Amino acid sequence: MSGKSVEPVRKHVVVEAPQERAFRVFTENIDRWWPREHHIGKTTMKTAVLEPKENGRWYEVCEDGSQCDWGKVLAWEPPRRVVLAWQLSAQWQYDASLITEVEVTFTPEGPRRTRVDLEHRNLERFGDAAEAVRNSVGGTGGWMQLLELYAKAAQG
Amino acid sequence: MTNATDGFAALADDTRRDIFERLAKRPLSVGELAEKLPVSRPAVSQHLKILKAAGLVVDHAEGTRRVYRVDPRGVEAMRGYLDRFWDRALAAFKEAVEEEKDS
Repeated sequence: MSGKSVEPVRKHVVVEAPQERAFRVFTENIDRWWPREHHIGKTTMKTAVLEPKENGRWYEVCEDGSQCDWGKVLAWEPPRRVVLAWQLSAQWQYDASLITEVEVTFTPEGPRRTRVDLEHRNLERFGDAAEAVRNSVGGTGGWMQLLELYAKAAQG
Repeated sequence: MTNATDGFAALADDTRRDIFERLAKRPLSVGELAEKLPVSRPAVSQHLKILKAAGLVVDHAEGTRRVYRVDPRGVEAMRGYLDRFWDRALAAFKEAVEEEKDS
């Protein structure tokens, strides 16, 4: 239902690295680890980019040079916290009116160890956005795209 | 009803994924699904029950038939996908951050 809240996705990982490095690799060096299968452009993803500043863009560059937005930087507090806006709908399209938040915090557990907590929240907004798309274009075509991703992930 | 089963776990089963993909193309009744699949009608009902509990499909009555379709809002499906996605992403992140040498 519209307005019904959905439990956020919460994850954490402990890395053997100082807090500042963990923060930098997560943000400025996002291209080094971002899963390649996740991209929205028509051709293969070449680079994932996160501009290291508040209101910075978060996007992918495809092999053909085109750029596809994913979202933006909502809060930039190095080396402790970053909040990103994930603005891809369930149809896997950039939707400027959809904002789901990904908050990542970096907590030192020693000079060379950092705990990274990630929360992806406001997931109910995917439903509201999907409802809006359905009402305006009357289709559920985006489902097939999601299914393909599902099948891939389930088999991997 | 609680969403005890997450969408991703519900789709880990081949038959359920088959059912889900058929329903994504068009709404079908239990009987129609059973005709197309190599499993019994009670088995189809059981799979549908799990998909429904996971928030992936919805049903409504049409005369004496019960017709199922994919929940067009897809929130639980999306959540299930993201749950798996962030697992993979953070594992890759850990590898990247730890392979970097001290400077």
